[in-house]
Amino acid sequence: MSSNESSSTPVKSTGLHVGAIKPGVAKKDPILVADGVHRQFGGLVAVDVEHVEIPRNAITALIGPNGAGKTTFFNLLTGFDQPDRGAWSFNGNSLAKLSAFKVARRGLIRTFQLTKALGLLTVMDNMKLGSTEQTGEKLSASLFPFLWKKQEIEIEAKALEILTRFKLDTKRDDFAASLSGGQRKLLEMARALMTNPELVMLDEPMAGVNPALTQSLLDHILNLKKDGMTVLFVEHDMQMVRHIADWVIVMAEGKVVAEGAPDEVMKNPAVIDAYLGSHQDIDLGAVTGRITLPKISKEK
Amino acid sequence: MDFLAIFNSSISFILAPTTIAYALATLGLAVHFGFGGLLNMGMAGFMALGAYGYAIGVLTFGLPWYFAAFVGIGASVVFALILGIPTLRLRGDYLAIVTIAAAEIVRLLLLSSAFGGITGSADGLSGFNGPGGTITNPTVGAGGFNESNPIPPGDYGFVPFLDNERTWYLRIVGIIILTLAIFLVWRLVNSPWGRVIKGIREDEDAVRSLGKNVFAYKMQALIIGGVLGALGGLMLAFSTNVNSSVYVTSLTFFLWTALLLGGAATVFGPLAGSIIFWVLQAFLGLLFPALADAGLMPFTTIQAAQIKYIIVGFALVLLVVYRPQGLFGNKKELTFVK
Amino acid sequence: MRRNASRLASAVGAFVLAFGVLGLASPAQADVVNPEMPFKISGNVQNKGEPIAGVTINLTGGGGYAATVMTDAEGKFTAGVPEKEADYSVSVDEATLPDGIAVIDNPATEFVEANVQTVTVGPGGRATMNFFIGQGERQVTGMFDQVVQRLISGLNFGLMLALASVGLSLIYGTTGISNFAHAELVTFGAIATLGLVAVMGEGMLWLAIPLAIVLSAGFGWGLDAALWAPLRRRGMGLVQLMIVSIGLSLGIRYTYQFFIGGVTENLPGSGAERFNLFGSVSLSIIDIVSMGVSVLLIIAFAWWLSASKIGKATRAISDNPSLAASSGIDVDGVVRIVWIIGSALAGFSGILWAYFRPGIRWDMGGQILLLIFAATTLGGLGTAYGALVGSLIVGILVEGSSLFIPSDLKYVGALVVLIGILLFRPQGILGRKERVG
Repeated sequence: MSSNESSSTPVKSTGLHVGAIKPGVAKKDPILVADGVHRQFGGLVAVDVEHVEIPRNAITALIGPNGAGKTTFFNLLTGFDQPDRGAWSFNGNSLAKLSAFKVARRGLIRTFQLTKALGLLTVMDNMKLGSTEQTGEKLSASLFPFLWKKQEIEIEAKALEILTRFKLDTKRDDFAASLSGGQRKLLEMARALMTNPELVMLDEPMAGVNPALTQSLLDHILNLKKDGMTVLFVEHDMQMVRHIADWVIVMAEGKVVAEGAPDEVMKNPAVIDAYLGSHQDIDLGAVTGRITLPKISKEK
Repeated sequence: MDFLAIFNSSISFILAPTTIAYALATLGLAVHFGFGGLLNMGMAGFMALGAYGYAIGVLTFGLPWYFAAFVGIGASVVFALILGIPTLRLRGDYLAIVTIAAAEIVRLLLLSSAFGGITGSADGLSGFNGPGGTITNPTVGAGGFNESNPIPPGDYGFVPFLDNERTWYLRIVGIIILTLAIFLVWRLVNSPWGRVIKGIREDEDAVRSLGKNVFAYKMQALIIGGVLGALGGLMLAFSTNVNSSVYVTSLTFFLWTALLLGGAATVFGPLAGSIIFWVLQAFLGLLFPALADAGLMPFTTIQAAQIKYIIVGFALVLLVVYRPQGLFGNKKELTFVK
Repeated sequence: MRRNASRLASAVGAFVLAFGVLGLASPAQADVVNPEMPFKISGNVQNKGEPIAGVTINLTGGGGYAATVMTDAEGKFTAGVPEKEADYSVSVDEATLPDGIAVIDNPATEFVEANVQTVTVGPGGRATMNFFIGQGERQVTGMFDQVVQRLISGLNFGLMLALASVGLSLIYGTTGISNFAHAELVTFGAIATLGLVAVMGEGMLWLAIPLAIVLSAGFGWGLDAALWAPLRRRGMGLVQLMIVSIGLSLGIRYTYQFFIGGVTENLPGSGAERFNLFGSVSLSIIDIVSMGVSVLLIIAFAWWLSASKIGKATRAISDNPSLAASSGIDVDGVVRIVWIIGSALAGFSGILWAYFRPGIRWDMGGQILLLIFAATTLGGLGTAYGALVGSLIVGILVEGSSLFIPSDLKYVGALVVLIGILLFRPQGILGRKERVG
C-alpha cells in the first residue's frame, strides 16, 4: 500500500483543537470521547478523567509518570476493565460496558505493555488470527474446508504483504517464540493491522526495543497515520514523543493535567511539576539526556 | 504361570470395547486440555451422564437405543453448559477443583437412594441393551441394541482376538464412532477455529484484543469434549451394565494418564495412549497376581492386584516431570503452557 | 460370551473393589429370595438403629405374586419381583420380632397398619423399604435437640477438617501448589498410629499418637526435600505440579491399600460409649478430647503464625514471594517448615478422622479431600485463618445438611458451596481479591 520511505521529518497535524488549550479541550474531529471515567482500587483512585477527546487521523501521545493511570485508562477504554462510572464513545457509539472483544470488533485495537505475541503459533498463524474475515473461525463452518479455504488464501496474501512491510516475511513459518523481543513487538503491531482498525492504541511500543529497531517502529507508526488510521500511544521516551506526536495528553494521579502540541506541553509548568517535582526549570528533554542544554548538569 | 494366557489376555485389550470407550473419553480430554487448555478433572462425570442418560432413556422413557443414546449426549451438553457458564472464566487450578466437585456431585446424585427409582442407586442399572421386562411385558426396558446386531451368533477371529458376535458388534460400532470422532477433531483442530482455540490456550487476552469471543470458543470446546466423554460412557453402557462406582475421580485421573502418555495436544495421541495404558493395565493386573500365586513375589494375590495402580500413580509423576509432551507430542508446542 | 463376560466382569469388579471412594460399599449379603426375577425390593429392619436378624417379611403383588424373606445378620433383606412400575405390599410379621418391640407409625407413609407398607418399584427396577422400629429413634427426637446435636457434630468435624486444611492452605499460599496428595498425609497419620499400636501394644496409644504425628511431620519433610523443592527449583509450572500431586496421590493411596487392604480397621478406643451432655446431645470421651485438643492446637498454631518470626515469614512469602526472598527470608527453609508443620497437623487430623468416621481405610483421606478444598477455598486459599473459618462452616454445613436432605447426599451440600464460592467470591471469605480468572 504505502512505500517504505523513512520519514525523518513527519508532517505534523495542527489545528486539532477547538478553543483554548486546556485539559479536556474539544477537538475538531474526535474519534474517541471520554466523560467522567472513574476507576478506584480500594482506596486508590487510579483513573479520574473528567473529559478527554482523541483527534481523528492524528498521532496522540499519552504521557505521565509511572502510576498515573495510563494503562488502566487503556484497559477501561478497550473493555479489559470495568470503571466505577463513566461514559465514552467511539465514532459516536457508546463503548461503555462492552466486553473487550466487542470493542475490538468496532475497530479499536490495542497492544499490550508486555507483548502478547502468541509464541506457540507461527508468525503466519499469528497474522491469520488477526483477520476478522475468516468464516472458518465459526465452529459450524470450520468442519467444511470448502467454505473457508478461499478466504484463507486471501488472508494469507494480505498477511504476507503486511509482514513484508514489517520485514518479517522471512520468518513467516517460525514460531513466534523464536523471535527477538523487538521483532515480537513488530509482529504484534502487524497483527493488529490485520483487523483493519480505525484506532490503534499502543501501550509503550518502544519498551525494551533496541535503538536500531526504534526508528523502524516509528516509521511504521507514522505509516499508520498515512493510511488513515488514528494512533493513541503511551510512551516515556520524550524524544520519540516530540518527534512523531501531533498531540500530547498528560496524565498524573489519574487525571488529565495538560494537553497540547508536544513542544508546548513539554514546557508546561504543571507537566514539569507532575513529572519532576522540584526541578522546575529544566526542559523535560534534558532530563532524559537526549538533549544537551548548555550549563545544566545532567540529572538522571 | 501361563505367560501365553496373560499375554493373550492383555493384547486382546487393544481394541476391546472398553478400551475404545476410554479412548473416546481421552479424546474429549484432548479437546479440553490439549487444545483448549481447559483443566477438566471431571471427565468421569461426563461419561457417567452419557452412560446413565442412555440407560435411563431406555428404562424410564422406553426409547429405542438410537434415541436413548441422544439422551445421554444431551445430558452431557446440558452439564457442560451448566458447568461452563459460571466457571470458564476461572483460573486453571480453580477450574480443576470445580470440575472434580461437579463430577462428584453427579456421582453422588446417581448413587443416592433418593433417586433410586430411576438410577438404581448402589446397584446401578442393567438389562437395557437387550429385550428386558417380563413375559407379560416384553417391550419394557428393551432398548434393542443387542437386537440390532447383524452378525450371526458364533465366535469369530483368532486368538487373542477370538470373540463372539456381540463383542465384534461392539467393537465395530465403537471403531466407527471413534473414527468419526478422530476425524472430526482432526478437522476442527486444523481449521481456523482450531487456530483460535490454540491462541486462547496460550493467551486469552491477546485473542480477545483481536475481536474473538473467547468465552464462546471455550464453551464450544467444553461441549465438544464433553460429548466425546459421553460417547465414551455410551460405549461402556453398550458393553455392560452401568454403575456409579465406575465413574469416580480415579477414572478421570486414569484418563489423564492415558492422555499425557500419548500426547495431550495431538489427535492420535489419546488413542495411542489409551491402548498402551489399558493393555499395560491388563498385563500388570494379570502378571503380578500370577507371580504371587507362583510364589515368586513376597506378597499375596490380592496385594498383587494393587500394584498396577501404584505403578500408574508414580508413572504419571514421572511422565509429567520428564516427558510432558508424551510419546507423540511436540516438545516445542508445549503441553503445559505456563 | 462367557470369557468376554468374565473379563468384563473382572474389570468392572476390579473397579468396584478399588474405586469405592466415599465408603459407600455395596451392601453385604442380604437374605435373598427370587434372585432369578429381574427386579428387586430390598430393605432394612432396625430397632433403635440396631439391625434385627431373623425377622420375616411378607411381600404380595399383582398377578398373584407372593414371597417370604428373612432378614440376615445385618437386618437386611432382598426379594426379587417380577414386574416394575408396579406396587407391592411389604409387611413385617410381628410374631417374628423380638419381644417387646412393635412397628410404630412411620410418618412418611401415613399408613395405619405401620407394619404393612406399600412400595412402588419404579422404572429403574429397584426399590427400598425400611422398617425402623423402637423408641428413641430419630423421628421421636425433638427438632431443637437434633439441631444442637448436628451443630456439635459439625463443630467436631469442622475442627478436624481445620487441622488438615490449614496445612493445605499454607502450602498453597507459599508455593502455589494445589496439593492433591494432602489427602494421603491425612491417611498417613491414622495408618502410622495403627502400625505403632500393632507394634507397641494397645496400652501405648498415648505414645503412639504423638509418635505418629512426628512420623507425619517427617513424611512431609521428606516429600518436600525429595520431590517438591527440586521441582520448584526447576521452575515447573503450577498446572504441572498439580498433576504431579495427583499422580503422587494415586501412587501413595494404592500403596496404602497394598499394605492394609480394603478392610476398615479401627483404632483402640473407637466406638467409645457416648454419654448425654444435655438434652439429647451425646458425645463420647473421644469426641470431647479431640475437640479440645483441636482447639488448643489451632490456637497454638494461630499464635505461632502471628507472633513468631517464621510465622510472619510464612505470611510474607504467601503475600509476595520474590519480595520476601529479596528481603533476606530463606524461602526454601520456611517452605520446608510449612511442609513439616502442615503434615504434622494433617497427620493428627487423620487420627481424629479415624475416630470420627469411625475406622481407617486406605482412601479415608481421599474421602475428605474435596471437603478440605472446599474449606480452604471458602475461607480463602493461602490464609490459615481462612482455612479455619472455612472448615468450621463446611463441617457444620455437612453435618447440618443431613437434617434437610438425605444423609447420603450430605457431601453434595458442601460441594455445591465449594462451586458457589469459586463463582461468586473466589478469594473466599478472608482472602485477598486478586485475579483468579
